[in-house]
Amino acid sequence: MAASDTTVAAKWRWGLLDVVVVVFALVPVLWIASLSFKTTGTLTDGNFVPREWTLDNYRTIFSTNQFVRALGNSIGIALIATAVAVVLGTMAAYAVARLDFPGKKALVGVSLLIAMFPQVSLVSPLFEIERSLGLFDTWPGLILPYITFSLPLAIYTLSAFFKQIPWDLEKAAKMDGATSGQAFRRVIAPLAAPGVFTTAILVFIFCWNDFLFAISLTSTERSRTVPVALSFFTGESQFEDPTGAICAAAVVITIPIILFVLFFQRRIVSGLTSGAVKG
Amino acid sequence: MADIVLDKVSKSFPDGTVAVRDVDLEIADGEFVILVGPSGCGKSTTLNMIAGLEDISSGELRIDGERVNDRAPRDRDIAMVFQSYALYPNMTVRENMAFPLRLAKLDRATIEQKVAEAAKVLELTPLLDRKPANLSGGQRQRVAMGRAIVRSPKAFLMDEPLSNLDAKLRVQMRTVVSRLQKQLGTTTVYVTHDQTEAMTLGDRVVIMRGGAVQQIGPPQELYDHPANLFVAGFIGSPSMNFLHAAVEEERLRTAVGDVPLGDRLRRELAAEDAPRELILGIRPEHFEDAGLVDEQTRGRGTEFEAPVEIVESMGSDKYVYLTVSGERASAAELEELAADVGADGFGGGAANLVTRLSAESTVAEGENRRLWFNLEKIHLFDPSNGRNLTLHEGRAAGALAS
Repeated sequence: MAASDTTVAAKWRWGLLDVVVVVFALVPVLWIASLSFKTTGTLTDGNFVPREWTLDNYRTIFSTNQFVRALGNSIGIALIATAVAVVLGTMAAYAVARLDFPGKKALVGVSLLIAMFPQVSLVSPLFEIERSLGLFDTWPGLILPYITFSLPLAIYTLSAFFKQIPWDLEKAAKMDGATSGQAFRRVIAPLAAPGVFTTAILVFIFCWNDFLFAISLTSTERSRTVPVALSFFTGESQFEDPTGAICAAAVVITIPIILFVLFFQRRIVSGLTSGAVKG
Repeated sequence: MADIVLDKVSKSFPDGTVAVRDVDLEIADGEFVILVGPSGCGKSTTLNMIAGLEDISSGELRIDGERVNDRAPRDRDIAMVFQSYALYPNMTVRENMAFPLRLAKLDRATIEQKVAEAAKVLELTPLLDRKPANLSGGQRQRVAMGRAIVRSPKAFLMDEPLSNLDAKLRVQMRTVVSRLQKQLGTTTVYVTHDQTEAMTLGDRVVIMRGGAVQQIGPPQELYDHPANLFVAGFIGSPSMNFLHAAVEEERLRTAVGDVPLGDRLRRELAAEDAPRELILGIRPEHFEDAGLVDEQTRGRGTEFEAPVEIVESMGSDKYVYLTVSGERASAAELEELAADVGADGFGGGAANLVTRLSAESTVAEGENRRLWFNLEKIHLFDPSNGRNLTLHEGRAAGALAS
């Protein structure tokens, strides 16, 4: 029974490790959630579970136009940027994975370069460019840089997925009478779907969380996103800290991400291509 | 159904390598033609050019008399079975087989009926609603065939369709493919690297090497009358024995004794530029235990003695492996063949012979045995270019032909 003993022990060890990791990751989130339900008076009492529950903080943030506008901006900008980046990324990744065109290495190299370039050093030039082009403090003014900086990620993730799809499938589709477009739409795209959804999630999170561009390239509520709006929160008076409201807002903005991930995660099933070719 | 004509078809790549060189081939309507050769010989490239998956660099491809060089695969009306099967994993068996019909915009009822027919022929009816992931290798292979036959194309192209199956299933599927082709009577081009498949399946076999066609003919003709060293070594299992032979006046000096020469060969070898060294080729079944040869046939051959290394009794006959002293035959073709089966650099200095003797032979391992071989069936090759010197007007006549 030695073997099963070790497996039981191993199970416990792994279980413990898992719990540690989950706790480590979730405690700050729970702490934020807990703070958002506390009243101003008990905010600093150090209790993990609030003694006095209140929804005041949530009422406060939704009562101000500041937060609601920012939430709308965030959702709109992130969704548009994600959609455009995924569509462009799919096309580019397909070309990178399948075709041998002149300048392919350069394209891949440059996109890698963009991904690694410190974004903070681009903020000042972008600021100047956007101001002279009239893009400053507009939705496109944020959408464009988001697309630029998430495209390398999209191309990389997607080309890895496309490379997994056996090329023979495309040849077979062509032999079966499909045009290139039909082959892509009816055979390749359904198989690349998990990659597309994974990429969409990653790009959406990137756009949703961005603070640097959002604070540098906006100046009013017209296009300010939630992370920036949070930093502009003020208390009722200058002696009051808006901790509770910030926490409530932080909880609210994690909800779309969770919904987005849950919605797309179901479509990320592995093994879609199994059975296509003899492995 | 259609005939396919390849007229000086070549394929060269931008980096200058020539994958296929001036292939001339006329495939008649309903014919089953096999392209065979070691890996990298250009057989798959040739097939892909017929399919339209690769561009033709020069030459002309005609299907049904029409030039199709510049037509997309979908406009050539030919179906292809891939080595990897290439089934669409997101579709059921039924959808896989219906896919070409749906692209051809047939109506629903016709599609249903055609899929059902094809499924019946290939015994796939109970599997129609499964996904490829839930099928065995043999079943997947049949679905791939089903997808090809369902739309009754002008021709089938098959790219090593059986090489992913295990040995037993492969033999079984071989007969399925053969029967299906006869039943449908569709022109078929079949690529394989397995000479057994080539011998058993095809009406005609095309042997390729380094992008060039070596010989085209019915399997038996290639076996009996190989045009060159490469064809002789490639066709046949176990393969032909090759020995070094030195030309001397009226005979050849070899490790299995002196081989007398007939008038025609003597004349040819007397020429100024004739080779002084030859390669002697003998098929395993043209050896016999000297004790079992009757007087009448004995005169048609010659005898030698050699130590027996290994005896493999197959029941119907015995494979006997011997070592004879003397130089091993060497030629570029032989090295290439050895490399293809992964036996290059193996075998040492002495020459090894494989012989196939009657089951009645009492040959035993370790003894010295007298063996006889048939001089009328041997082949002689020029090592410099591989040409079969015993071939006269396409027929091999052995060493004694006058």
